[in-house]
Amino acid sequence: MHTLTAHEIRDRIKNKELSSVEITKAYLDRIEKVEDKVESYVTVLQEEAMQSAEAIDKKIAAGEEVGALAGVPVALKDNLCTKDVLTTCSSKMLYNFRPPYDSTVAKKLKDADTVLLGKVNMDEFAMGSSTETSYFKKTKNPYDLSKVPGGSSGGSAACVAADEATFTLGSDTGGSIRQPASLCGCVGMKPTYGTVSRFGLVAFASSLDQIGPLAKDVQDCALIYDQIVGYDPMDSTSVNREYASFEKALTGDVKGLKIGMPAEYMGEGISAPVQKAVLAALESFKAMGASYEEMHLPLNEYALPAYYMISSAEASSNLARFDGVKYGFRAEKFEDLVDLYAQTRSEGFGAEVKRRIMIGTYALSSGYYDAYYKKAQQVRTMIMQDFDKAFEKYDVLVTPTTPTTAFGFGEKTDDPLQMYMADICTVSVNIGGLPAVVLPCGYDENGLPIGLQIIGKPFGEAAILNAAYALEKTITKIKPAL
Amino acid sequence: MNISKEEVLHVAKLARLKFTDAEAEALAKDMESIIGFANKLNELDTEGVVPTAHAIPMHNAFREDVVTPSYDREAMLQNAPSKEDGGYTVPKVVE
Repeated sequence: MHTLTAHEIRDRIKNKELSSVEITKAYLDRIEKVEDKVESYVTVLQEEAMQSAEAIDKKIAAGEEVGALAGVPVALKDNLCTKDVLTTCSSKMLYNFRPPYDSTVAKKLKDADTVLLGKVNMDEFAMGSSTETSYFKKTKNPYDLSKVPGGSSGGSAACVAADEATFTLGSDTGGSIRQPASLCGCVGMKPTYGTVSRFGLVAFASSLDQIGPLAKDVQDCALIYDQIVGYDPMDSTSVNREYASFEKALTGDVKGLKIGMPAEYMGEGISAPVQKAVLAALESFKAMGASYEEMHLPLNEYALPAYYMISSAEASSNLARFDGVKYGFRAEKFEDLVDLYAQTRSEGFGAEVKRRIMIGTYALSSGYYDAYYKKAQQVRTMIMQDFDKAFEKYDVLVTPTTPTTAFGFGEKTDDPLQMYMADICTVSVNIGGLPAVVLPCGYDENGLPIGLQIIGKPFGEAAILNAAYALEKTITKIKPAL
Repeated sequence: MNISKEEVLHVAKLARLKFTDAEAEALAKDMESIIGFANKLNELDTEGVVPTAHAIPMHNAFREDVVTPSYDREAMLQNAPSKEDGGYTVPKVVE
Protein backbone atom coordinates (compact mmCIF):
# COMPACT_ATOMS: atom_id res chain seq x y z
CA MET A 1 0.00 0.00 0.00
CA HIS A 2 2.96 2.30 0.72
CA THR A 3 3.93 2.18 -2.96
CA LEU A 4 0.77 4.03 -4.05
CA THR A 5 1.20 7.47 -5.60
CA ALA A 6 -0.57 10.58 -4.30
CA HIS A 7 -3.04 10.61 -7.18
CA GLU A 8 -3.85 6.93 -6.60
CA ILE A 9 -4.42 7.54 -2.88
CA ARG A 10 -6.53 10.60 -3.66
CA ASP A 11 -8.72 8.60 -6.06
CA ARG A 12 -9.13 5.61 -3.74
CA ILE A 13 -10.01 7.73 -0.75
CA LYS A 14 -12.51 9.65 -2.84
CA ASN A 15 -14.11 6.35 -3.93
CA LYS A 16 -14.07 5.14 -0.32
CA GLU A 17 -11.84 2.17 -1.26
CA LEU A 18 -9.23 3.32 1.24
CA SER A 19 -9.31 5.30 4.46
CA SER A 20 -6.86 7.92 5.62
CA VAL A 21 -6.18 5.88 8.77
CA GLU A 22 -5.35 2.78 6.72
CA ILE A 23 -2.86 4.52 4.48
CA THR A 24 -1.27 6.47 7.36
CA LYS A 25 -0.87 3.28 9.33
CA ALA A 26 0.71 1.56 6.31
CA TYR A 27 3.30 4.33 6.12
CA LEU A 28 4.02 4.32 9.86
CA ASP A 29 4.58 0.55 9.60
CA ARG A 30 6.87 1.10 6.64
CA ILE A 31 8.85 3.69 8.60
CA GLU A 32 9.12 1.25 11.49
CA LYS A 33 10.47 -1.36 9.08
CA VAL A 34 13.05 0.57 7.01
CA GLU A 35 13.92 3.76 8.88
CA ASP A 36 16.77 2.09 10.79
CA LYS A 37 18.47 1.46 7.46
CA VAL A 38 17.61 4.67 5.62
CA GLU A 39 17.51 7.27 8.42
CA SER A 40 15.65 9.87 6.40
CA TYR A 41 13.63 11.36 9.28
CA VAL A 42 14.70 13.81 11.98
CA THR A 43 11.25 13.74 13.59
CA VAL A 44 8.43 11.19 13.14
CA LEU A 45 4.98 12.38 14.26
CA GLN A 46 3.37 9.03 14.98
CA GLU A 47 0.48 10.14 17.21
CA GLU A 48 -0.19 13.44 15.49
CA ALA A 49 -0.33 11.70 12.10
CA MET A 50 -2.88 9.15 13.32
CA GLN A 51 -4.97 11.93 14.88
CA SER A 52 -5.11 13.95 11.69
CA ALA A 53 -5.88 10.81 9.66
CA GLU A 54 -8.82 10.06 11.98
CA ALA A 55 -10.06 13.63 11.66
CA ILE A 56 -9.95 13.41 7.86
CA ASP A 57 -11.83 10.11 7.86
CA LYS A 58 -14.50 11.69 10.09
CA LYS A 59 -14.87 14.59 7.70
CA ILE A 60 -15.29 12.18 4.78
CA ALA A 61 -17.80 10.04 6.70
CA ALA A 62 -19.80 13.17 7.55
CA GLY A 63 -19.90 14.09 3.87
CA GLU A 64 -17.92 17.27 4.41
CA GLU A 65 -15.82 18.78 1.66
CA VAL A 66 -12.16 17.69 1.89
CA GLY A 67 -8.95 19.07 0.39
CA ALA A 68 -7.42 18.00 -2.92
CA LEU A 69 -4.83 15.74 -1.26
CA ALA A 70 -7.08 14.37 1.48
CA GLY A 71 -5.38 11.58 3.39
CA VAL A 72 -2.07 11.67 1.49
CA PRO A 73 0.88 11.15 3.88
CA VAL A 74 3.67 13.69 3.47
CA ALA A 75 6.99 14.65 5.06
CA LEU A 76 8.65 18.07 4.95
CA LYS A 77 12.28 19.10 4.79
CA ASP A 78 13.36 20.27 8.21
CA ASN A 79 13.91 23.88 7.09
CA LEU A 80 10.17 24.38 6.46
CA CYS A 81 8.55 25.84 9.56
CA THR A 82 5.76 23.74 11.07
CA LYS A 83 3.78 25.21 13.95
CA ASP A 84 4.90 23.74 17.30
CA VAL A 85 6.74 20.90 15.49
CA LEU A 86 10.56 20.80 15.68
CA THR A 87 12.20 22.56 12.72
CA THR A 88 15.93 22.07 13.13
CA CYS A 89 17.52 22.71 9.72
CA SER A 90 19.56 19.65 10.81
CA SER A 91 21.67 22.01 12.91
CA LYS A 92 22.69 22.11 16.54
CA MET A 93 21.80 25.81 16.30
CA LEU A 94 18.07 24.98 16.04
CA TYR A 95 18.03 21.61 17.82
CA ASN A 96 15.09 22.70 20.00
CA PHE A 97 13.29 25.19 17.74
CA ARG A 98 9.50 24.89 17.58
CA PRO A 99 8.18 27.60 15.25
CA PRO A 100 5.17 29.58 16.49
CA TYR A 101 3.75 29.56 12.94
CA ASP A 102 3.42 27.41 9.81
CA SER A 103 5.29 28.12 6.61
CA THR A 104 2.88 28.95 3.78
CA VAL A 105 3.56 25.58 2.09
CA ALA A 106 2.95 23.68 5.34
CA LYS A 107 -0.31 25.57 5.78
CA LYS A 108 -1.37 24.90 2.19
CA LEU A 109 -0.70 21.18 2.56
CA LYS A 110 -2.63 21.18 5.84
CA ASP A 111 -5.53 22.91 4.08
CA ALA A 112 -5.32 20.26 1.35
CA ASP A 113 -5.91 17.68 4.15
CA THR A 114 -2.57 15.89 3.82
CA VAL A 115 -1.26 13.95 6.82
CA LEU A 116 2.10 15.16 8.11
CA LEU A 117 4.24 12.12 8.98
CA GLY A 118 7.28 14.08 10.06
CA LYS A 119 10.28 16.21 9.19
CA VAL A 120 13.17 14.92 7.11
CA ASN A 121 16.93 15.24 7.24
CA MET A 122 19.05 17.64 5.20
CA ASP A 123 22.49 19.15 4.97
CA GLU A 124 22.86 21.68 7.76
CA PHE A 125 21.01 24.85 6.71
CA ALA A 126 20.76 23.29 3.21
CA MET A 127 24.50 23.68 2.61
CA GLY A 128 25.86 20.55 0.99
CA SER A 129 25.28 17.97 -1.72
CA SER A 130 25.24 14.72 0.26
CA THR A 131 23.30 15.36 3.52
CA GLU A 132 26.55 14.48 5.32
CA THR A 133 26.69 17.92 6.99
CA SER A 134 23.54 17.16 9.04
CA TYR A 135 24.22 17.51 12.77
CA PHE A 136 21.96 14.55 13.55
CA LYS A 137 22.47 11.61 11.22
CA LYS A 138 23.66 10.33 7.88
CA THR A 139 20.77 9.48 5.58
CA LYS A 140 21.49 6.56 3.24
CA ASN A 141 20.63 6.11 -0.42
CA PRO A 142 17.87 3.46 -0.53
CA TYR A 143 19.37 2.01 -3.73
CA ASP A 144 22.71 1.34 -2.03
CA LEU A 145 23.06 2.01 1.68
CA SER A 146 26.80 2.64 1.29
CA LYS A 147 26.06 5.67 -0.95
CA VAL A 148 24.85 9.17 -0.13
CA PRO A 149 21.30 10.24 -1.03
CA GLY A 150 22.59 13.56 -2.40
CA GLY A 151 21.73 16.89 -0.87
CA SER A 152 20.78 19.13 0.53
CA SER A 153 17.23 17.64 0.42
CA GLY A 154 18.71 14.14 0.88
CA GLY A 155 16.16 13.17 3.52
CA SER A 156 13.30 14.29 1.27
CA ALA A 157 14.60 12.18 -1.63
CA ALA A 158 15.52 9.05 0.37
CA CYS A 159 12.16 9.21 2.17
CA VAL A 160 10.20 9.08 -1.11
CA ALA A 161 12.49 6.48 -2.69
CA ALA A 162 12.15 4.21 0.38
CA ASP A 163 8.35 4.67 0.38
CA GLU A 164 8.48 6.30 3.82
CA ALA A 165 6.11 9.04 2.59
CA THR A 166 4.02 9.47 -0.54
CA PHE A 167 5.77 12.72 -1.32
CA THR A 168 7.94 15.34 0.34
CA LEU A 169 8.81 18.97 -0.12
CA GLY A 170 12.39 20.15 -0.40
CA SER A 171 14.13 23.43 -1.11
CA ASP A 172 16.49 24.12 -3.99
CA THR A 173 19.13 26.86 -3.92
CA GLY A 174 21.65 25.37 -6.34
CA GLY A 175 20.26 21.90 -7.04
CA SER A 176 19.14 20.79 -3.59
CA ILE A 177 15.90 19.19 -4.83
CA ARG A 178 17.08 18.00 -8.23
CA GLN A 179 20.45 16.44 -7.34
CA PRO A 180 19.11 14.22 -4.50
CA ALA A 181 15.96 13.40 -6.52
CA SER A 182 18.26 12.16 -9.29
CA LEU A 183 20.53 10.15 -7.02
CA CYS A 184 17.49 8.51 -5.39
CA GLY A 185 15.42 7.97 -8.55
CA CYS A 186 12.58 10.36 -7.69
CA VAL A 187 10.78 13.00 -9.70
CA GLY A 188 11.64 16.46 -8.36
CA MET A 189 10.93 19.98 -9.47
CA LYS A 190 12.47 23.35 -8.75
CA PRO A 191 9.77 25.81 -9.80
CA THR A 192 10.24 29.29 -11.27
CA TYR A 193 11.52 31.74 -8.67
CA GLY A 194 8.61 33.58 -7.04
CA THR A 195 5.87 31.04 -7.83
CA VAL A 196 5.93 29.22 -4.46
CA SER A 197 5.94 31.33 -1.30
CA ARG A 198 9.15 31.21 0.72
CA PHE A 199 7.39 32.42 3.87
CA GLY A 200 8.50 30.12 6.69
CA LEU A 201 11.38 28.57 4.72
CA VAL A 202 14.51 29.18 6.79
CA ALA A 203 16.49 31.31 4.34
CA PHE A 204 19.82 30.22 2.86
CA ALA A 205 20.24 32.46 -0.23
CA SER A 206 17.04 34.43 -0.67
CA SER A 207 17.46 35.32 -4.35
CA LEU A 208 17.99 31.66 -5.29
CA ASP A 209 15.93 29.59 -2.78
CA GLN A 210 12.76 27.96 -4.05
CA ILE A 211 10.53 25.23 -2.55
CA GLY A 212 9.37 22.30 -4.65
CA PRO A 213 8.05 18.72 -4.59
CA LEU A 214 9.84 15.34 -4.61
CA ALA A 215 7.45 12.64 -5.76
CA LYS A 216 7.02 9.12 -7.07
CA ASP A 217 5.87 10.19 -10.51
CA VAL A 218 5.38 13.21 -12.75
CA GLN A 219 1.62 13.41 -12.26
CA ASP A 220 2.14 13.66 -8.49
CA CYS A 221 4.71 16.37 -9.05
CA ALA A 222 2.14 18.40 -11.03
CA LEU A 223 -0.63 17.67 -8.55
CA ILE A 224 1.48 18.81 -5.59
CA TYR A 225 2.66 21.90 -7.44
CA ASP A 226 -0.99 22.78 -8.04
CA GLN A 227 -1.45 22.84 -4.26
CA ILE A 228 1.60 24.91 -3.28
CA VAL A 229 1.85 27.42 -6.15
CA GLY A 230 0.40 30.92 -5.82
CA TYR A 231 0.78 34.48 -4.69
CA ASP A 232 1.44 35.15 -1.01
CA PRO A 233 1.60 38.66 0.43
CA MET A 234 3.83 37.28 3.21
CA ASP A 235 6.67 36.80 0.69
CA SER A 236 7.71 40.08 -0.92
CA THR A 237 9.24 38.21 -3.88
CA SER A 238 6.04 36.26 -4.56
CA VAL A 239 4.76 36.79 -8.12
CA ASN A 240 1.14 37.88 -8.36
CA ARG A 241 -0.44 35.84 -11.16
CA GLU A 242 -3.01 33.14 -11.78
CA TYR A 243 -2.13 29.52 -12.55
CA ALA A 244 -4.22 26.91 -14.37
CA SER A 245 -4.03 23.31 -13.13
CA PHE A 246 -0.70 21.74 -14.04
CA GLU A 247 -2.05 18.24 -13.50
CA LYS A 248 -4.86 18.78 -16.00
CA ALA A 249 -2.36 20.16 -18.53
CA LEU A 250 -0.54 16.82 -18.75
CA THR A 251 -1.27 15.29 -22.15
CA GLY A 252 1.89 13.33 -22.87
CA ASP A 253 1.87 14.82 -26.36
CA VAL A 254 5.31 16.21 -27.30
CA LYS A 255 4.83 16.39 -31.07
CA GLY A 256 6.66 19.42 -32.41
CA LEU A 257 8.46 20.14 -29.13
CA LYS A 258 11.82 21.78 -29.85
CA ILE A 259 14.53 20.53 -27.47
CA GLY A 260 17.97 22.05 -27.08
CA MET A 261 20.82 19.93 -25.74
CA PRO A 262 23.56 22.21 -24.38
CA ALA A 263 26.92 20.68 -25.30
CA GLU A 264 28.52 22.26 -22.24
CA TYR A 265 26.50 19.92 -19.99
CA MET A 266 27.60 16.75 -21.79
CA GLY A 267 31.36 17.12 -21.92
CA GLU A 268 34.27 16.35 -19.66
CA GLY A 269 33.42 15.22 -16.15
CA ILE A 270 30.03 13.76 -17.10
CA SER A 271 30.29 9.98 -16.76
CA ALA A 272 29.67 7.69 -19.73
CA PRO A 273 26.55 5.94 -18.33
CA VAL A 274 24.95 9.33 -17.61
CA GLN A 275 25.67 10.64 -21.12
CA LYS A 276 24.38 7.44 -22.67
CA ALA A 277 21.11 7.53 -20.71
CA VAL A 278 20.51 11.20 -21.57
CA LEU A 279 21.10 10.56 -25.27
CA ALA A 280 18.74 7.57 -25.17
CA ALA A 281 16.07 9.80 -23.58
CA LEU A 282 16.54 12.38 -26.35
CA GLU A 283 16.04 9.63 -28.92
CA SER A 284 12.81 8.61 -27.13
CA PHE A 285 11.61 12.20 -27.39
CA LYS A 286 12.40 12.13 -31.10
CA ALA A 287 10.48 8.90 -31.54
CA MET A 288 7.48 10.62 -29.95
CA GLY A 289 7.57 13.45 -32.48
CA ALA A 290 9.80 16.01 -30.74
CA SER A 291 13.07 17.24 -32.23
CA TYR A 292 16.41 17.92 -30.58
CA GLU A 293 19.74 19.38 -31.52
CA GLU A 294 23.00 20.25 -29.86
CA MET A 295 23.36 23.91 -28.95
CA HIS A 296 25.57 26.04 -26.72
CA LEU A 297 25.36 27.85 -23.39
CA PRO A 298 28.94 29.12 -23.46
CA LEU A 299 28.86 30.79 -20.05
CA ASN A 300 27.90 27.65 -18.15
CA GLU A 301 31.41 27.19 -16.73
CA TYR A 302 31.04 30.53 -14.93
CA ALA A 303 27.76 29.58 -13.25
CA LEU A 304 29.33 27.63 -10.40
CA PRO A 305 31.84 30.29 -9.26
CA ALA A 306 29.16 32.99 -9.60
CA TYR A 307 26.75 30.82 -7.63
CA TYR A 308 29.19 30.28 -4.75
CA MET A 309 29.85 33.99 -4.41
CA ILE A 310 26.16 35.00 -4.52
CA SER A 311 24.82 32.18 -2.35
CA SER A 312 27.56 32.49 0.27
CA ALA A 313 27.17 36.27 0.46
CA GLU A 314 23.42 35.98 0.94
CA ALA A 315 23.92 33.15 3.46
CA SER A 316 26.35 35.18 5.55
CA SER A 317 23.71 37.89 5.80
CA ASN A 318 20.73 35.55 6.38
CA LEU A 319 22.48 33.48 9.05
CA ALA A 320 23.42 36.57 11.08
CA ARG A 321 20.10 36.13 12.90
CA PHE A 322 21.36 33.03 14.74
CA ASP A 323 22.97 34.65 17.75
CA GLY A 324 21.60 32.80 20.78
CA VAL A 325 19.09 35.49 21.74
CA LYS A 326 15.68 34.84 20.20
CA TYR A 327 15.59 31.09 19.58
CA GLY A 328 17.67 27.96 19.39
CA PHE A 329 20.99 27.13 20.94
CA ARG A 330 22.84 29.47 23.33
CA ALA A 331 26.41 28.81 24.50
CA GLU A 332 26.79 28.23 28.22
CA LYS A 333 29.96 30.22 28.75
CA PHE A 334 30.59 33.75 27.41
CA GLU A 335 32.13 36.98 28.61
CA ASP A 336 29.84 39.69 27.28
CA LEU A 337 27.14 40.28 24.65
CA VAL A 338 29.45 40.12 21.61
CA ASP A 339 31.10 37.03 23.02
CA LEU A 340 27.65 35.47 23.53
CA TYR A 341 27.05 35.87 19.79
CA ALA A 342 30.47 34.55 18.74
CA GLN A 343 30.53 31.66 21.20
CA THR A 344 26.98 30.58 20.32
CA ARG A 345 27.67 30.71 16.59
CA SER A 346 31.00 28.91 16.87
CA GLU A 347 29.50 26.05 18.89
CA GLY A 348 26.11 26.00 17.10
CA PHE A 349 27.19 25.93 13.44
CA GLY A 350 29.01 23.04 11.75
CA ALA A 351 32.16 23.36 9.65
CA GLU A 352 30.51 23.75 6.22
CA VAL A 353 28.09 26.44 7.41
CA LYS A 354 30.98 28.38 8.96
CA ARG A 355 32.99 28.02 5.77
CA ARG A 356 30.15 29.51 3.70
CA ILE A 357 29.60 32.34 6.17
CA MET A 358 33.32 33.11 5.99
CA ILE A 359 33.39 33.05 2.17
CA GLY A 360 30.31 35.26 2.03
CA THR A 361 31.57 37.71 4.62
CA TYR A 362 34.86 37.93 2.73
CA ALA A 363 33.09 38.57 -0.60
CA LEU A 364 30.98 41.33 0.96
CA SER A 365 33.75 42.92 3.01
CA SER A 366 35.18 46.32 2.24
CA GLY A 367 37.62 46.19 -0.67
CA TYR A 368 36.32 42.91 -2.09
CA TYR A 369 32.66 43.70 -2.74
CA ASP A 370 33.15 44.86 -6.36
CA ALA A 371 35.64 42.12 -7.22
CA TYR A 372 33.49 39.23 -6.01
CA TYR A 373 29.86 40.00 -5.15
CA LYS A 374 29.15 42.63 -7.79
CA LYS A 375 31.17 40.73 -10.38
CA ALA A 376 29.14 37.58 -9.71
CA GLN A 377 25.89 39.52 -10.08
CA GLN A 378 27.07 40.89 -13.41
CA VAL A 379 27.94 37.39 -14.59
CA ARG A 380 24.46 36.41 -13.42
CA THR A 381 23.02 38.92 -15.89
CA MET A 382 25.13 37.46 -18.71
CA ILE A 383 24.12 33.88 -17.90
CA MET A 384 20.46 34.91 -17.94
CA GLN A 385 20.94 36.52 -21.35
CA ASP A 386 22.41 33.21 -22.55
CA PHE A 387 19.24 31.42 -21.46
CA ASP A 388 16.97 34.10 -22.99
CA LYS A 389 18.68 33.58 -26.33
CA ALA A 390 18.38 29.80 -26.08
CA PHE A 391 14.66 30.01 -25.36
CA GLU A 392 14.07 32.11 -28.47
CA LYS A 393 14.84 28.93 -30.39
CA TYR A 394 13.97 26.03 -28.08
CA ASP A 395 10.93 25.19 -25.95
CA VAL A 396 12.91 23.26 -23.34
CA LEU A 397 16.52 22.28 -22.66
CA VAL A 398 17.52 18.75 -21.71
CA THR A 399 20.64 17.96 -19.66
CA PRO A 400 21.98 15.46 -17.13
CA THR A 401 21.22 16.41 -13.50
CA THR A 402 24.46 15.16 -11.99
CA PRO A 403 27.87 14.22 -13.41
CA THR A 404 27.71 10.73 -11.87
CA THR A 405 25.31 8.45 -10.04
CA ALA A 406 25.35 8.36 -6.22
CA PHE A 407 28.81 8.50 -4.62
CA GLY A 408 30.09 6.99 -1.36
CA PHE A 409 30.14 8.48 2.14
CA GLY A 410 33.24 10.55 2.80
CA GLU A 411 34.24 10.50 -0.86
CA LYS A 412 33.95 14.27 -1.33
CA THR A 413 34.04 15.63 2.21
CA ASP A 414 37.76 16.45 2.35
CA ASP A 415 37.74 18.92 -0.51
CA PRO A 416 34.88 21.46 -0.49
CA LEU A 417 35.40 22.33 -4.16
CA GLN A 418 34.96 18.72 -5.22
CA MET A 419 31.64 18.56 -3.37
CA TYR A 420 30.56 21.84 -5.03
CA MET A 421 31.15 20.23 -8.45
CA ALA A 422 28.20 17.91 -7.75
CA ASP A 423 26.00 20.92 -8.60
CA ILE A 424 27.63 21.74 -11.93
CA CYS A 425 24.50 20.87 -13.97
CA THR A 426 21.97 22.50 -11.66
CA VAL A 427 23.17 25.89 -10.36
CA SER A 428 22.66 27.91 -13.54
CA VAL A 429 18.91 27.20 -13.34
CA ASN A 430 18.77 28.96 -9.95
CA ILE A 431 20.87 31.83 -11.26
CA GLY A 432 18.30 32.28 -14.02
CA GLY A 433 15.28 31.75 -11.72
CA LEU A 434 14.08 29.10 -14.20
CA PRO A 435 11.93 26.02 -13.59
CA ALA A 436 13.43 22.54 -14.03
CA VAL A 437 12.09 19.06 -13.45
CA VAL A 438 14.18 15.91 -13.02
CA LEU A 439 13.13 12.30 -13.44
CA PRO A 440 14.90 8.93 -13.66
CA CYS A 441 15.88 8.15 -17.25
CA GLY A 442 17.83 4.95 -16.63
CA TYR A 443 20.09 3.06 -14.23
CA ASP A 444 23.84 2.44 -14.26
CA GLU A 445 25.52 -0.99 -14.20
CA ASN A 446 25.13 -1.10 -10.39
CA GLY A 447 21.43 -0.32 -10.54
CA LEU A 448 21.83 3.28 -9.37
CA PRO A 449 19.35 5.78 -10.86
CA ILE A 450 20.38 8.37 -13.46
CA GLY A 451 18.46 11.63 -13.51
CA LEU A 452 17.46 13.69 -16.53
CA GLN A 453 16.86 17.43 -16.19
CA ILE A 454 14.36 19.34 -18.30
CA ILE A 455 14.77 23.13 -18.04
CA GLY A 456 11.98 25.52 -19.03
CA LYS A 457 11.37 29.20 -19.62
CA PRO A 458 10.27 31.31 -16.64
CA PHE A 459 6.74 30.14 -15.71
CA GLY A 460 7.13 27.26 -18.21
CA GLU A 461 6.29 24.51 -15.71
CA ALA A 462 3.44 23.14 -17.85
CA ALA A 463 5.82 22.45 -20.76
CA ILE A 464 8.56 20.76 -18.72
CA LEU A 465 6.09 18.68 -16.72
CA ASN A 466 4.38 17.54 -19.89
CA ALA A 467 7.69 16.58 -21.50
CA ALA A 468 8.64 14.66 -18.34
CA TYR A 469 5.21 12.98 -18.34
CA ALA A 470 5.76 11.79 -21.93
CA LEU A 471 9.27 10.51 -21.25
CA GLU A 472 8.25 8.76 -18.03
CA LYS A 473 6.00 6.43 -20.04
CA THR A 474 9.05 5.14 -21.92
CA ILE A 475 11.07 4.37 -18.77
CA THR A 476 10.81 1.18 -16.71
CA LYS A 477 11.35 2.26 -13.13
CA ILE A 478 13.15 0.02 -10.67
CA LYS A 479 12.34 0.19 -6.97
CA PRO A 480 15.17 -0.08 -4.43
CA ALA A 481 15.42 -3.43 -2.64
CA LEU A 482 15.11 -2.65 1.07
CA MET B 1 45.52 33.63 -4.37
CA ASN B 2 46.88 34.13 -0.86
CA ILE B 3 44.81 34.41 2.28
CA SER B 4 46.67 34.71 5.57
CA LYS B 5 45.63 33.41 8.96
CA GLU B 6 45.33 37.07 10.06
CA GLU B 7 42.87 37.81 7.24
CA VAL B 8 40.82 34.79 8.25
CA LEU B 9 40.70 35.98 11.85
CA HIS B 10 39.69 39.48 10.71
CA VAL B 11 36.79 38.11 8.61
CA ALA B 12 35.86 35.80 11.50
CA LYS B 13 35.53 38.82 13.75
CA LEU B 14 33.19 40.47 11.23
CA ALA B 15 31.14 37.26 11.05
CA ARG B 16 31.06 36.79 14.85
CA LEU B 17 32.81 33.44 14.64
CA LYS B 18 35.76 32.12 16.62
CA PHE B 19 38.46 29.76 15.37
CA THR B 20 41.48 28.14 16.93
CA ASP B 21 44.81 28.76 15.21
CA ALA B 22 44.71 25.31 13.63
CA GLU B 23 41.16 25.86 12.37
CA ALA B 24 42.08 29.27 10.98
CA GLU B 25 45.02 27.81 9.08
CA ALA B 26 42.88 25.06 7.53
CA LEU B 27 40.19 27.61 6.69
CA ALA B 28 42.74 29.88 5.01
CA LYS B 29 43.58 27.02 2.62
CA ASP B 30 39.89 26.29 1.89
CA MET B 31 39.19 29.97 1.29
CA GLU B 32 42.20 30.29 -0.99
CA SER B 33 40.91 27.43 -3.11
CA ILE B 34 37.27 28.62 -3.20
CA ILE B 35 38.01 32.33 -3.71
CA GLY B 36 40.68 31.29 -6.23
CA PHE B 37 37.96 29.39 -8.09
CA ALA B 38 35.80 32.53 -8.07
CA ASN B 39 38.64 34.46 -9.70
CA LYS B 40 37.68 32.58 -12.84
CA LEU B 41 34.96 35.21 -13.19
CA ASN B 42 37.68 37.72 -14.08
CA GLU B 43 38.05 36.01 -17.45
CA LEU B 44 34.78 37.69 -18.43
CA ASP B 45 34.55 41.34 -19.42
CA THR B 46 31.64 42.70 -17.41
CA GLU B 47 32.24 46.38 -18.17
CA GLY B 48 28.86 48.12 -18.28
CA VAL B 49 26.85 44.96 -17.44
CA VAL B 50 24.03 45.70 -15.01
CA PRO B 51 24.21 43.42 -11.94
CA THR B 52 21.18 41.19 -11.30
CA ALA B 53 19.98 40.82 -7.72
CA HIS B 54 16.77 38.93 -8.52
CA ALA B 55 16.02 36.73 -11.50
CA ILE B 56 12.40 37.77 -11.83
CA PRO B 57 12.07 41.53 -12.34
CA MET B 58 10.04 43.06 -9.54
CA HIS B 59 9.91 46.27 -7.59
CA ASN B 60 9.17 47.07 -3.99
CA ALA B 61 6.20 45.07 -2.77
CA PHE B 62 4.05 47.41 -0.71
CA ARG B 63 0.90 46.57 1.17
CA GLU B 64 -1.90 48.80 2.38
CA ASP B 65 -0.93 50.66 5.54
CA VAL B 66 -3.46 48.95 7.78
CA VAL B 67 -2.94 47.09 11.01
CA THR B 68 -3.28 43.32 10.66
CA PRO B 69 -3.21 40.70 13.42
CA SER B 70 0.30 39.85 14.59
CA TYR B 71 1.68 37.07 16.76
CA ASP B 72 1.11 36.66 20.42
CA ARG B 73 4.08 37.83 22.50
CA GLU B 74 4.26 34.62 24.50
CA ALA B 75 4.29 32.56 21.30
CA MET B 76 7.20 34.58 19.94
CA LEU B 77 9.07 34.16 23.21
CA GLN B 78 8.48 30.42 23.46
CA ASN B 79 11.87 29.61 21.94
CA ALA B 80 13.96 32.19 23.79
CA PRO B 81 16.97 30.68 25.59
CA SER B 82 16.52 33.32 28.28
CA LYS B 83 13.59 35.66 28.92
CA GLU B 84 12.15 37.90 31.60
CA ASP B 85 9.11 40.18 31.88
CA GLY B 86 8.02 39.62 28.28
CA GLY B 87 11.43 40.30 26.76
CA TYR B 88 14.65 38.55 25.77
CA THR B 89 17.50 38.76 28.23
CA VAL B 90 21.16 39.26 27.29
CA PRO B 91 24.29 40.15 29.27
CA LYS B 92 24.41 43.72 30.53
CA VAL B 93 25.69 46.13 27.85
CA VAL B 94 25.56 49.45 29.76
CA GLU B 95 27.05 49.70 33.23
